[in-house]
Amino acid sequence: MAVPKTLGLETEYGIVHRGAPEPNPISASSLLINAYLITTHQAPGPGRAAVGWDFTDETPGNDARGGAPAGSLAPEIETHLVNAVLTNGARYYVDHAHPELSTPECADARSVVVYDRAAELIAARSMESARMLLPPGEEIVVYKNNSDGKGNSYGCHENYLVSRAVPFSRIVTHATAHFVTRQIFCGAGKLGSETSGMRLDEAGYQISQRADFIEEEVGLETTLKRPIVNTRDEPHADAAKYRRLHVIVGDANMSQVATFLKVGTTALVMALTEDDAVPREMRFAAPVAALRQVSRDLSLREPLELVDGSTITALGAQWELLAAARAYVETRGADAVGGDVAHQVLDRWEAVLGGLERDPMEPAGQVDWVAKLRLLEGFRSRHGLDWEDARLRALDIQYHDLRPTKSLAARAGLETLVDEAEAELAMTEPPPDTRAFFRGRCLQRFAAEVVAANWDSIVFDVGEGSLRRVSMTEPTRGTVAHVGTMFDECGSAIDLLRRLGAAGA
Amino acid sequence: MAEREQIRKPAPANREQSVEEAPPASERGSDIKAQLDDLLDEIDEVLETNAEDFVKSYIQKGGE
Repeated sequence: MAVPKTLGLETEYGIVHRGAPEPNPISASSLLINAYLITTHQAPGPGRAAVGWDFTDETPGNDARGGAPAGSLAPEIETHLVNAVLTNGARYYVDHAHPELSTPECADARSVVVYDRAAELIAARSMESARMLLPPGEEIVVYKNNSDGKGNSYGCHENYLVSRAVPFSRIVTHATAHFVTRQIFCGAGKLGSETSGMRLDEAGYQISQRADFIEEEVGLETTLKRPIVNTRDEPHADAAKYRRLHVIVGDANMSQVATFLKVGTTALVMALTEDDAVPREMRFAAPVAALRQVSRDLSLREPLELVDGSTITALGAQWELLAAARAYVETRGADAVGGDVAHQVLDRWEAVLGGLERDPMEPAGQVDWVAKLRLLEGFRSRHGLDWEDARLRALDIQYHDLRPTKSLAARAGLETLVDEAEAELAMTEPPPDTRAFFRGRCLQRFAAEVVAANWDSIVFDVGEGSLRRVSMTEPTRGTVAHVGTMFDECGSAIDLLRRLGAAGA
Repeated sequence: MAEREQIRKPAPANREQSVEEAPPASERGSDIKAQLDDLLDEIDEVLETNAEDFVKSYIQKGGE
């Protein structure tokens, strides 16, 4: 049985420290995040403790296939950099040389869009706050993209809760079919190529920012030899019941519709996989090559070879997955995939595929690569530019600029799914329908007593000698329905812990 | 150079089809063109002024 699809995004942002004599992305990222924490009073101060991340339960080296193959590199955890938990349940931290924001756990794709937009607003607020701390003439700017156009990539990872009972090989099969082809509506678009052995100007425009950086079919790595399907087995939940599919293949999206579809369709494909409801195994003869081929085929018409010798186009593959998902929801309902939201996903999915089929340039209000290409083509023809002109490359980067005054995506006429007031509220309020509600409320109400928090626990110090750890291994518990009244009735962290009957840690 | 022309236009047949489906085709077309013109005016205003330097200095470390 498909488990309810708890979902989340982790976005690493590009960062530029303008006007700095010796810019350092790590210190710029720290400054950016600290500036936000200070201005929003989530940093250490009078009567207020900083709530840091608790690394006790982190095991990113665990491999979903069992033993990791020799030579696999487990990611290292950096514990010395800024690492904060926000009152909306999100995590905001420095990862490698980038600011990164992980959304709180969300119960459906629409909620992911709300918290992803909230993350953009948090980044924008952080830039404003940092500007006040920096010398005149200096500015820290944040970009929501996945490549610098020079061979360096940083990710936007997705997370899907799936049942532990599903054989991982089945997840690999169906996830691969989806990931190779879904980019036609969730690719963010990129000018040029960053594949080794290919000149930067050789590829023209492509659909995906990430395809050039994907080199393996399945693997544990995230920083080199990146795989289509990542095997990190770290559920941040009851490991006997759950897996967390950690997806690294996708682009960060500026379009809300693209984020909605990226997460919504993948949640559906995972539910189908759990219930073995995908009509056939669509195995590509060469998945990595197919992923790159799709990224470079702006006509969306090129046939991709399957292992059985037949072929299918990316659009054909997506129509097939959509039909399977519709049939699944009709027969089994949509409880595991966000209820009504799943029906909206199906309708949007159908609409975007129909648009792309009529004319790949049609969904310019929904699909990032199309919206960006429209700007590039318009700007190029207006100014009579070569495709190699630096202004077009600048436009490509600036599409992803998160400053409202500079963002080109914000000007591109993209359709929105959530209003700004809702996203602004989500900067500080947790989602009501996952365990993130409990985490967020604890930070809002009792931050002084919270020593540390992570995805599946919170550690309190209420002055009773030993620290108290509250475990949250069930992502769908700790919601407003479960604990909302309890928070209303508890005047202190001690009250709360008594009510929870938490065991001493 | 040929490689500059690799940005392919979608198949023309499909474009015609989509125009037929939207009744006031010419109106719709000129609306879209006016919108794009406004958008391009705005891009002219906000685009980084020294594009060459900006693109050169946009260097990130690998992440994840």
